[in-house]
Amino acid sequence: MAVFKLKVNKKEYEVDVDPSTPMLWVLRDHLNLVGTKYGCGIAQCGACTIHLDGYAVRSCITFVDSVGDKEITTIEGLSENGDHPVQEAWIEHDVPQCGYCQAGQIMTAAAFLKSNPNPSDEEIEAAMNGNICRCGTYTRIRAAVKTAANS
Amino acid sequence: MATVKTKFNRRSFIKSSVLAGGGLLIGFNWLAAACSSNSSGQKMPENWTDINGYLKIGENGVVTIMSPNPEIGQNVKTSMPMIVAEELDVDWKNVIVEQAPLNTDVFTRQVAGGSQSIRQSWSGLRTVGATARTMLREAAAKEWQVPVEEVSTEAGMLIHKSSGKKAGYGEMATQAAQIPVPDEVKLKDTKDFKIIGTSRKNVDGHKIVTGQPLFGLDYKKEGMLIAMMVHPPAFGLKLKSFDDSSAINMPGIKDIFTINTNPEEKPDSGAFNELVILVGNSTWEVLSAKQALNVEWEPVDPSKALESTASHNKLMAEMGAKTREVVRKDGDPDNAFKKAAKTIERVYTAPFLAHNTMEPMNFFADVKENTAELAGPIQTPEGSRNNVSKRLGIPVENITLELTRIGGGFGRRLNGNFVVEAALISQKMKAPVKLIYTREDDMTFGIYRPAYHALYRAALDADNNLIGFHVRMGGIPQSPLHQNRFPAGAVENYLAERWSADSYISVGAFRAPRSNFNAVAEQSFLDEVAELAGKDPIQFRLDLLKRAKENPVGEKNDYDAARYAGVLELVREKAGWDSDSAHKNRGVAAYFCHNSYVANVLDVTMNNGEPIIQKVYAAIDCGIVVNPDAAVNMAEGGIVDGIGHAMYSQLTFNNGQPEQDNFDSYRLIRNAEAPKSIEVHFVESEFDPTGMGEPPFPPVMAALANALYKATGKRYYHQPFVNNTFDV
Repeated sequence: MAVFKLKVNKKEYEVDVDPSTPMLWVLRDHLNLVGTKYGCGIAQCGACTIHLDGYAVRSCITFVDSVGDKEITTIEGLSENGDHPVQEAWIEHDVPQCGYCQAGQIMTAAAFLKSNPNPSDEEIEAAMNGNICRCGTYTRIRAAVKTAANS
Repeated sequence: MATVKTKFNRRSFIKSSVLAGGGLLIGFNWLAAACSSNSSGQKMPENWTDINGYLKIGENGVVTIMSPNPEIGQNVKTSMPMIVAEELDVDWKNVIVEQAPLNTDVFTRQVAGGSQSIRQSWSGLRTVGATARTMLREAAAKEWQVPVEEVSTEAGMLIHKSSGKKAGYGEMATQAAQIPVPDEVKLKDTKDFKIIGTSRKNVDGHKIVTGQPLFGLDYKKEGMLIAMMVHPPAFGLKLKSFDDSSAINMPGIKDIFTINTNPEEKPDSGAFNELVILVGNSTWEVLSAKQALNVEWEPVDPSKALESTASHNKLMAEMGAKTREVVRKDGDPDNAFKKAAKTIERVYTAPFLAHNTMEPMNFFADVKENTAELAGPIQTPEGSRNNVSKRLGIPVENITLELTRIGGGFGRRLNGNFVVEAALISQKMKAPVKLIYTREDDMTFGIYRPAYHALYRAALDADNNLIGFHVRMGGIPQSPLHQNRFPAGAVENYLAERWSADSYISVGAFRAPRSNFNAVAEQSFLDEVAELAGKDPIQFRLDLLKRAKENPVGEKNDYDAARYAGVLELVREKAGWDSDSAHKNRGVAAYFCHNSYVANVLDVTMNNGEPIIQKVYAAIDCGIVVNPDAAVNMAEGGIVDGIGHAMYSQLTFNNGQPEQDNFDSYRLIRNAEAPKSIEVHFVESEFDPTGMGEPPFPPVMAALANALYKATGKRYYHQPFVNNTFDV
């Protein structure tokens, strides 16, 4: 066990956990931020996507001792009132069905649009290809990313 | 304007009372209300304890529906309030759905497990909405001393025009509770609908996109421990012993023990019953200890070989090659095949599938000496509570069950084995516990879609008329046959046989059970028969449906030929089937299941030996469409899901062990593989609404197979299609 100082959604936290603990479980079990979802644990589904200094990473394989002083953003901290352009586009297109994967989809899309504000259709598909949606809302996800890019 | 009764056999399925703290409370029996239109002898509620749904109108005017129906992504939390708001005449935004827990301070036995569909809620919700509106109008008439006919309503307001009197529903709600429930109420004409048939956004949309705790996995309680399980690695093995010497002293670990969810059953009788359980303070600590645990397994029956996909395939070929149990026979099929000018015979197969809901199985339990508090994602709350009661010996009335939002169901959460597991663990630990399956546990636990095999034969006469049809369907361990579905009823000489073969592998319902294979096999085969007959595949089907409508063969045919033909005609028009010569690689398919009709046309192009699905058209008849954009969403999802499973997904076995255990080896469709575009059209209909969760899933698989044939010249008989090559 070791104490780690973390900066999550602009707040400082201290956790006393095993250094090999993935950020996914630090967020969910220790910081009570459960918006970040467990889907596969091996970086295959994208449900656990968070931002580390603005870049999208899979929190299930991001170990707490590798974070250092990097800033973590989770779905709960993406915007103050759920009004990030990607979140608004998700509402506009009424994307979710069961909704479980959508936090990860939104975090992936938000980081992607920051690096590529005017993506082509092919670039959107490629960027979102790592996030599984078992309900099959892919066509709406693409449309919402496009709307967010244009806003 | 239809008049509906609120009573059958002099007993009402609607009861009212004053809400604690003021307001109107109307309780009703969901299933009785659903059955009222055909008065099929559904048991009426004896008293309040048979009430399983209710409507509250508070003094603030907010209308709450307590619904027994779990939300698994089919969007009932949005569409059900729309139905109530329509008949009650309120702004639908003032109607909210609360997930009814199994126990409240007012009622017990609230939750009817089973179907969550709009079909079952339709009649009940409309009647209850109309009943409440009638009672509110009568209360206002009494208060204002005016004839009730002069009291009108508008968006949650009671209005008496000539005197100018007005009151909100909330102001009259307590008085309305004193009014006796009317014997009959008038429902709106469908043409007067203002809310039903208009698109309304998901009421939980904001919570979902902001990551609020909604799901079972997010459920927390003070002092809650985390539990995980280890199940046999292969079907046909059971626990021999375990060595926890290295795991038990790891940080945060509280206990390691075994449970048995069903000690009276043999270990090979269904899901894995005996499991090793690890309990600790946090997920990662328990996961780490799980890796360190050593468990030994032994065969359930040493004389039996463990199964493999190779042995399954051999067995299915053998079973499919011989005559099996005849479940339907019309005319003289033998003779038809004998005198046929042309015959065709084809075999189709499909593999085991895991449900792979994105939220893995999990459940919360807090079991005390003679009570239990349960919470989590389950499609069958009542059955699961009964199972917990039976296994733990706790009376049903001492068990509460809270429903959370469900991160995908697809049928997997009809089987609540994990609810009993969580309860047993909590009982042993004497503490609140949340049981979590890892993805690997979830994928390798069983309760799969069975593996299927179908042999189809067709006989054509010299004029290319279909004179004989034969299907022999089986599966491991269940047959998928629907013997009374199309083309039964459309062919003079028809034979349906079924078989099944035993297996250690446990199975369960999977989105559109059985239909999810029937559709692809039957509709691929009909495509080939049409080709052999030299007929257009849509016209060929329409000709058969014409026969089924005008002069059906046999008594029991489980479809309405006119509605079936309707979706084919609509998709033909919308896809420009007869006029569009630009899209050469098109496939068509249609299927009827779960009371709805769906037809698809699918366009594919090839890029370096890889198929790219350019467009899918869907024509759907699900009766009245309650929430059109949400229904389109369901159709799009079903289409993507159907293409994904037909194309990519399979669970294979070696020595009884699943060869895929996570998304690196088990392939699910991804964003770039989904169709570039999907266009959904609904048949305009005044039929009562039917479900949208399952019907869009099966037929698209066949439309894909038929389009791939056009693109590659090859027929695709065996799923997943990706096991084949797509060379032209």
